[in-house]
Amino acid sequence: MVHTLDDRSPVNATLTRDTFVRTLRRYPQFTISPAILIGLIAVWWAAAHVLRMPAYIVPPPEDVLRATVRGLSYSPWDKASYWYHAGITVWEAVIGFTLGSAAGAVIGLALSHWPLLGRSWYPYIVGFQSLPKVALAPLMVVWFGFGLGGKVFITAIITFFPVLVNMMAGYQSVEPERLELARSCNASEMHLLTKIIIPSCLPFLFAGLGVASVLSILGAVVGEFVGASAGLGMLLMQYNQALEIAPMFAIILLLAGIGFLMNYLVSLAERRYCFWAQRANLARGP
Amino acid sequence: MNNAGVATAFEPNAAPTSALIQSRGLSKTYATGNGDVIALKNLNFEVNDGEFVSVVGQSGCGKSTLLKVLAGLLPYTSGSVTLNGHPLRGPTPESAVVFQSPVLLPWRTVMENVLLPIELRKLAMASYRDRAAELLNMVGLGDFAQRYPFELSGGMQQRAAIVRALVQDPRLLLMDEPFGALDAMTREQMNLELMRIWSQSRKTIIFITHSIAEAIFLSDRVIAMTSRPGTIADVLTIGLPRPRLLSVINTDRFGRYAAKLRSLLDAQGGMF
Repeated sequence: MVHTLDDRSPVNATLTRDTFVRTLRRYPQFTISPAILIGLIAVWWAAAHVLRMPAYIVPPPEDVLRATVRGLSYSPWDKASYWYHAGITVWEAVIGFTLGSAAGAVIGLALSHWPLLGRSWYPYIVGFQSLPKVALAPLMVVWFGFGLGGKVFITAIITFFPVLVNMMAGYQSVEPERLELARSCNASEMHLLTKIIIPSCLPFLFAGLGVASVLSILGAVVGEFVGASAGLGMLLMQYNQALEIAPMFAIILLLAGIGFLMNYLVSLAERRYCFWAQRANLARGP
Repeated sequence: MNNAGVATAFEPNAAPTSALIQSRGLSKTYATGNGDVIALKNLNFEVNDGEFVSVVGQSGCGKSTLLKVLAGLLPYTSGSVTLNGHPLRGPTPESAVVFQSPVLLPWRTVMENVLLPIELRKLAMASYRDRAAELLNMVGLGDFAQRYPFELSGGMQQRAAIVRALVQDPRLLLMDEPFGALDAMTREQMNLELMRIWSQSRKTIIFITHSIAEAIFLSDRVIAMTSRPGTIADVLTIGLPRPRLLSVINTDRFGRYAAKLRSLLDAQGGMF
């Protein structure tokens, strides 16, 4: 680029435009992503106010914001409060996630480690996995009633599979040389599992936990849809029947936020306990 | 590891006294879907205490199978192998393996990796820590004990793997193309390094490679293997004086050994 030394030359303007473009390219998550959000809200606002879509189809953004603020302003022990219902939904999701993913990890490890077990159970696992687990939710009300148990059970079943499948994939991908090294040192079966195989599977396990953490909210909400006395899913159904669309939007956004947070917590744990995986990949390079 | 020890180790082909490994009619057959594959057929050889022996051959000639059999990682089909007079039955602390890749566990520091064999054999870690530190110093990794493998270069990782093999003071070091994945310059450095480690630690080394030059440069004797089935074509004694410098590669004598080995391997009809 050639700049002429004219005193009205737009050198400074060009420079700032260059730095602006460079910033956009380098930090799209801090520049372009927020711009997209603002754009989406603007379209939403325009749909409500310019196109005048009725509030029972598209509630204006400020109504949703008002509903959110009101729902969150009550004390967490007040049953009108979103905090109370969110707490119950998160509690169901967390217990279900913990039980489901723990079972998935342990059973995945066992099925891989004892091939006879794995091969004989394989058809049933594939069969059960192709079943839409959500279809089991009404049955859960029959078995466990309207309380915590049914939601925990459905969440556990939904989170079980991604963890199981990833654990088995992780086991398959353990470098054979690591096993040979351990055997050449006369490692016991227990040491082989705890010091070589399980740590080697961690990157896969965390990938499964990441998927499961998001699915756990789905499980809890579906469980509440079919019958519950509390929780965000139940609240969503109530507002739906009352055709109060703005609070429905508020709850949906809240659920998205909770899912995002759960996933973020898993990725924090991954960075803490699996710190070596990403950097090892970077170091290997091309 | 005093200086006197180093001096004697540098004597040409220092006093091989007794056979550490003795193989008689060793054969290994793999059962596959379309019948048996003979990987090793009737191998007879000895490796003496303190000797450096290389095994050269083309890919698929069974040299890695031989190494795994000697490490006790693979059962053999017939014949006999003795290590230090005792029949070989599975892995023993008397031998240690260095693999083609370093196989360092990425979640452990270099020191923790080096002490892994001690941990797996349920020995007292504390009593090996000093030795591990000393060995790491010997290969120039003293400052890297608390680093993680991904912070090390390829050559440094392989040196850490050698230290891990040496930590339990085995008599026999089994090396399976340990420098095959390194670039040519690093590989030469590692060859010199290995010579130094060998002369200081006075181990017996069986070194698998497909590089004729590397085999001649390092070894007291070279076992030339031919493929399908893997058999020993000949065993060549390398009389080059020690210590050897890299410049020995350009001598006529080195060239004659190389030509002889190449003809042994080519006799089977393979080009490489």
